[in-house]
Amino acid sequence: MTTAVATATAATSTVGTTGTAAVTPRSNGASEPAVWVRGVRREFAGRQVLAGVDLDIAAGEFVALLGRSGSGKSTLLRILAGLDTDATGQATVPERGAVVFQDPRLLPWARVLDNVVLGLRARDARAQATAALTEVGLGGKERAWPATLSGGEAQRAALARALVRSPGLLLLDEPFGALDALTRIRMHSLLRDLCRRHRPAVLLVTHDVDEAILLADRVAVLTDGRLSLDEPVRLGGARTRANPEFAALRARLLAELGVADDEAEQVDPEQQFDAERQDDAERQDGSAQGDVEQVEGR
Amino acid sequence: MSTSLVLGGRGGNAEAGTGTEAAGTGAGGAAAGGAVAGGAGDAVATSRVVVAAPAPGAAEPGRVALALADPDRARRRPVPKWLRRMLGPVLLVAFWQIGSSTGLIQADILAGPWTVLHTGYDLAADGTLGENLVISLRRVAFGLALGVGVAVVLALVSGLFQLGEDLVDAPVQILRAVPILGLVPLAIVWFGIGEQVKVFLVALGTAFPVYINTFAAIRGVDSRFVELARTVRLGRLGLIRRVVLPGALPGFLVGLRFAFTISWLILVVSEQINASSGIGYLMDQARTFGQTDVIVVGLAVYGVLGLLSDALVRLLERRALAWRRGLEAT
Ligand SMILES: Nc1ncnc2c1ncn2[C@@H]1O[C@H](COP(=O)(O)OP(=O)(O)O)[C@@H](O)[C@H]1O
Ligand SMILES: [Mg+2]
Repeated sequence: MTTAVATATAATSTVGTTGTAAVTPRSNGASEPAVWVRGVRREFAGRQVLAGVDLDIAAGEFVALLGRSGSGKSTLLRILAGLDTDATGQATVPERGAVVFQDPRLLPWARVLDNVVLGLRARDARAQATAALTEVGLGGKERAWPATLSGGEAQRAALARALVRSPGLLLLDEPFGALDALTRIRMHSLLRDLCRRHRPAVLLVTHDVDEAILLADRVAVLTDGRLSLDEPVRLGGARTRANPEFAALRARLLAELGVADDEAEQVDPEQQFDAERQDDAERQDGSAQGDVEQVEGR
Repeated sequence: MSTSLVLGGRGGNAEAGTGTEAAGTGAGGAAAGGAVAGGAGDAVATSRVVVAAPAPGAAEPGRVALALADPDRARRRPVPKWLRRMLGPVLLVAFWQIGSSTGLIQADILAGPWTVLHTGYDLAADGTLGENLVISLRRVAFGLALGVGVAVVLALVSGLFQLGEDLVDAPVQILRAVPILGLVPLAIVWFGIGEQVKVFLVALGTAFPVYINTFAAIRGVDSRFVELARTVRLGRLGLIRRVVLPGALPGFLVGLRFAFTISWLILVVSEQINASSGIGYLMDQARTFGQTDVIVVGLAVYGVLGLLSDALVRLLERRALAWRRGLEAT
């Protein structure tokens, strides 16, 4: 069930080869964490983006990873997804992983159901996919073209595509960053329900402090290539912004991110999102989904 | 002035060729956005109705009464666009007929429309036209099938494999610089003047646009989808089948459209240079006897064939790219 992304290391590791990441299976002890990351480094053109990241995620645990734009959150997530073979260090992840990107990334030429079953070989895959679509509230949309979906619907289809794989690790890279505020709220509760039911280990990359506190069992902050903060979210009682512990944690996280709390109050969250989105758009090619109007039609 | 909104940003893409042109002239979303803004401004100007009653502020300095339409005035029904567009061609044919009837245009320069219609009917009735038409169609069909088939295979080889690109792409790009019709003498040396030479020339001419567009489309497949394929463990074959081929289909269809156009062009030339049958041969024969009416009939047939083949590709595109029209269909 578990795979080791045994990457070569710079400093302490015993692995011989340098520079490449190999995937090797590992026996699954009951107490071992689902995700085990030690000293993971990554540099681009001589600039170190990840400078030795250590991270454990227990099976079924929901971890939110915060960080400023460009701090390397996506880089770490891509390494855990097995998409980056140039990183060094050691990492072990569950064999079955699933990724939800910021853009829904549905193949525009495949109907929604075909997108959800993509890559599945099980004989009852289509039935499972139909069930997954129903679970995310897209029952009846199986034969729709992705271009006809709203932004929120498309992202829910992407969520269904991830869930139908029964992943041991669910990787989410700012999955709600491009959605409007109302849709985002609805997606939060959907994600919370789904994770409660399926219990995958979750790594949610986000730049939204509130989102992290609302959803996660644990929050970590990535600063200068390392996890500068990693602590459980212990909110006695309800997870609402009214909870004083919520506010305290929020202030602590914002401080860690280099934003004073009162400063954050004044910043229009939408503007914050727009700036981030623009930042991401610069690195993305013209997205097929990008042209589609992102309105949650209900 | 009013501006129509193209929703979803992929308007007109059902016809990939023209869609691209439209995007080119519209300069993308930014220009469209600007146009929309302009349109909105106009709408405000025309819809904020200042009733034509003596404008209270007309006398005041700095204010102007807008001259707006009176809603009670009966509107004239506009002449439909297609009818207006018919006007030019109809006038042209009319002048042509008048010129021919009055002897202003002599028959050995250009036969009149009525004569052409007659000749066309006669040629169709005695089977000459149909016979030669079938021969021409067959040449185009074989040439296209061969050219498109070879081009797709080559595009796949060089699009999917680095070694393939190294071996195939450079030679193709060099050969592309040679005008196909310049190869006619060589082709005659190789194949004589039978059917083969026509099929060969058509195949060669159609292969290039199909290869170039398909290759570019394969290489242009969105890398984010390739990444997705890895996260869902599609494997190499699955990647090709589910991502690369469907992603490259629009580009292939653009190439196919060019291929259809080019195939007729090459057929016309090669049939008039050396042939003993086919529409082009009919026209060349007519030239030696000065029968301009037959030549015009041949031209008309070529024109209709061109239109029909274009309609065929459009139909193909509409079928194959249904997902692009997703917003209207379901
Ligand atoms: N493929 C790449 N090539 C070069 N630089 C990259 C690449 N991917 C990411 N980077 C750089 O690494 C840094 C971290 O990027 P990323 O992980 O995407 O940040 P974020 O935390 O916003 O997700 C950025 O400065 C980015 O420019
Ligand atoms: Mg990112």
